[in-house]
Amino acid sequence: MSTIRHLYLHLPFCAHRCGYCDFVTATGRDHLHGAYVDALLRELEEEHDGSPVDTIFLGGGTPTFTALPELLRLLRALPTARELTVEANPETVTPELARELRAAGVNRVSLGAQTFQPHLLRVLERRATPADVESAFGRLREAGFDNLSLDLIYGIPGQTPDQLAADLERAIALGPEHISAYELEAKPGTRFTIAHGAELERQAEQMEDYFERVVATLTGAGYRWYETANFCREGKRAEHNLGYWLGRDYLGLGVGAVSTLEGERRRNTPRLAKYLQGRYDREIELLDDGTRARERLMLGLRLDEPLPLRGLRRALDAEGLARAERLGLAVDGGETLALTERGRFLGGAVTAEIVA
Amino acid sequence: MDQARIRNFSIIAHIDHGKSTLADRILELTEAVSAREMREQVLDTMELERERGITIKAQAVRVPWKGHELNLIDTPGHVDFTYEVSRSLQACEGALLVVDAAQGIEAQTLANAYLAIENGLEIVPVANKIDLPAADPDATAVEVADLLGDDPARVLRISAKTGDGVADVLDAIVERMPAPDGDPEAPARALVFDSSYDQYRGVLAFVRVVDGSFATREGLRTMATDTRFDAEELGVFSPAMTPVEQLSVGEVGYVVTGLKDVSSLRVGDTLTSVRRPAEKALPGYKDVKPMVFAGLFPTDSDDYPELRDALERLKLNDAALVYEPETSQALGFGFRCGFLGLLHMEIVRERLEREFDLDLLVTAPNVAYRVKEKDGDLVEVHNPSEFPREIEEVEEPYVAASIIVPKEHVGAVMELNNDRRGTFGKLEYLSPERVHLTYELPLAEIVLDYYDQLKSRTRGYASFDYDVAGFKPGELVRVDVLVGGEPVDALSLIVHRQFAYDRGRLLVDRLREEIPRQMFDIPIQAAIGSRVIARETVKAKRKDVLAKCYGGDITRKRKLLEKQKAGKKRMKQVGSVEVPQEAFLAVLNIGQGQKS
Repeated sequence: MSTIRHLYLHLPFCAHRCGYCDFVTATGRDHLHGAYVDALLRELEEEHDGSPVDTIFLGGGTPTFTALPELLRLLRALPTARELTVEANPETVTPELARELRAAGVNRVSLGAQTFQPHLLRVLERRATPADVESAFGRLREAGFDNLSLDLIYGIPGQTPDQLAADLERAIALGPEHISAYELEAKPGTRFTIAHGAELERQAEQMEDYFERVVATLTGAGYRWYETANFCREGKRAEHNLGYWLGRDYLGLGVGAVSTLEGERRRNTPRLAKYLQGRYDREIELLDDGTRARERLMLGLRLDEPLPLRGLRRALDAEGLARAERLGLAVDGGETLALTERGRFLGGAVTAEIVA
Repeated sequence: MDQARIRNFSIIAHIDHGKSTLADRILELTEAVSAREMREQVLDTMELERERGITIKAQAVRVPWKGHELNLIDTPGHVDFTYEVSRSLQACEGALLVVDAAQGIEAQTLANAYLAIENGLEIVPVANKIDLPAADPDATAVEVADLLGDDPARVLRISAKTGDGVADVLDAIVERMPAPDGDPEAPARALVFDSSYDQYRGVLAFVRVVDGSFATREGLRTMATDTRFDAEELGVFSPAMTPVEQLSVGEVGYVVTGLKDVSSLRVGDTLTSVRRPAEKALPGYKDVKPMVFAGLFPTDSDDYPELRDALERLKLNDAALVYEPETSQALGFGFRCGFLGLLHMEIVRERLEREFDLDLLVTAPNVAYRVKEKDGDLVEVHNPSEFPREIEEVEEPYVAASIIVPKEHVGAVMELNNDRRGTFGKLEYLSPERVHLTYELPLAEIVLDYYDQLKSRTRGYASFDYDVAGFKPGELVRVDVLVGGEPVDALSLIVHRQFAYDRGRLLVDRLREEIPRQMFDIPIQAAIGSRVIARETVKAKRKDVLAKCYGGDITRKRKLLEKQKAGKKRMKQVGSVEVPQEAFLAVLNIGQGQKS
């Protein structure tokens, strides 16, 4: 067994499935929380020897919607980690939850704020109010968390540029160590996309402005734009996620969870009933060297630090790279490859240009 | 066969007026073909011809009738093949002029009828389809008799479909048409009125013996191109190929030449014997030059070798088709092809796509230009991208166009012709309802969407025919299209100065819609020389990122990236701009319209 540095655990339970969500979630299965934690712990035991890891991330779903005793039972069984993050929805953060998480060794919380506009929260079908976000933030601080992240979403049907500006302002005012700002991704064919089709198209035309505004506002407030959609105070990058972007192996546990281990990517069954029975039905994808190299480029170029090119040259399209350099989008430093500021705004297209 | 008992004739008819059906009935009636053996229309050999209802290549069939030998020489039915038609007609003494009694005379019939009259042929007029409820044989007879200066009573009334009156047609051929009048003792001369290629036997020449006679295995030569070969076999079509020892004066048949290249045996050339050659060639030989040109490119550049092979094979049977390799920055490797006209181009394109299963990009067709450069050099230009930028004078081909239309549409036709730089010739009434208009038009103005326009403006009632009538100077300019500052060779065009701005604007607007935004601003310009006449910009995109990417997303995001990369590879590169194939297609389709 390899030395696993990054561990992901998926907790699928939610009070309600938001219209735009495309994660593996489960609602109305509250009686299964205990059984699910059992299953998770079983898989953990099968896959990991218990030795310390660098980072652990509990994602969902709504991890903090899980019955608190079950959540705590899980947390206490985890190996030690330098960074232990839990995702939380604001309305679930009671003073008790905040204290218990902290006591169980959680040292980072990622809070799904999304927006501070009540009507936009309704469009997203979020349960929290703007006040919930602020009080959750306060409670986490009171419990002693010094590493908090806020998630924001922009391009929401009905959103105006002023409302985005207001969201950014309120997020900054709370002073989180980390902010993730995502463009709303509406998957074709989902009920959300069908319900908001025309408005989503209008929003799509605004995305360039929104993205520029997000980057300008947050960097203006002293945040480091260290990844395409992520901003942090110095020294407060999301270490767990950094593991993905640096192309490291990770072990994912839980229903629908994905692992990448020694050139093999696998996904557990997304069906809760099966998972609870220990039937993982893993979908396996073998990653050959070329594929891994392309992924390294794709992920590494999302970061603000130059990407070490060792072993990656052959995955590069030399002509494409030369073009990207001529256009002032990329800098080939020989040992490393970096995107310029403008290159980062066009990161997807530049990567497609550069990759062989 | 006794020369006096030979009759050589053609059938002149508009498409769908019943030429093939009449030919079939003649074959049946003369028992040249049993009903069982008969394919529906024996003379039309190619699938494509059958579908389009036209005949591309002439053939000749010998049928017996009441002690006579009748040779039916089939003529191509379209304007692009005027020269071939004229050679086929020259091989005859008479022609059946078949007119649909429900439709009346059409422009094409008229053109070919004039051609027959010029060739001194005895014309036997026939009103066909008298069985149709809409038929008006009397009115048709008057119209036809008027045209020929004949008596309406002499216009035969038949139904090729039912067979009614067909025997009278055969009798009239024998009675009214003269026998061939060549000299049996003179040195042998034969008119080559068509040729064909057989992969086992080489080039077949279809000939009409004018003087003397030819024998099997005799050494022969063509007088214009001086090609020499031995007559490996002589024969006639009755209708199957039947070898004969000798082809004598007045007879029509084929010669197996063993030649491997149809272009060494030209239609209209004179065949004579090497041992006792004739002194003078038969009149009327022309080296037919293509008038319409277009670039043909495989949609998938990997198909280039297939396209080359396909053109080689088509060329075997089509001496009029010319092509040379062409390299376009935008479209890759392809061929510049020359055609007799638009229909010829369409036929070639369809055969390439259908018989050879090729996907083609065809550039907007252009005509041949004669350019006098500033330094006095004269060049003929077939490709807009080779059109010199500094010119003294340029000449373009004109056609004599003939249009027959119901009188209520005359105004619409005149308006169209004025828009197309036409010069009015004359207007005459063929009947109280139908008008014959003649115009002189630049060929360039009809190679685009003229047919479509004519049809739509006359609700389909106009018929049209043209003949190339020489070159004339014109105010022509070359318009280049530049994408990202780079000229796109495949999109250059030559237009009359008065249309340059509109065409340039149209191209630029269309390209702006079709070229996706890229990582930099892309200026799109239309220019005459260094003067920009239209300009648009595809603005650079400012953002292209995948919103988020974590452990569970990596495979899906990587696949998106790979798809994006594959999409880029399919793009055509103009400088550093990626242009989707569809953009070229959309632009090349401007004004190319649907073909009639």
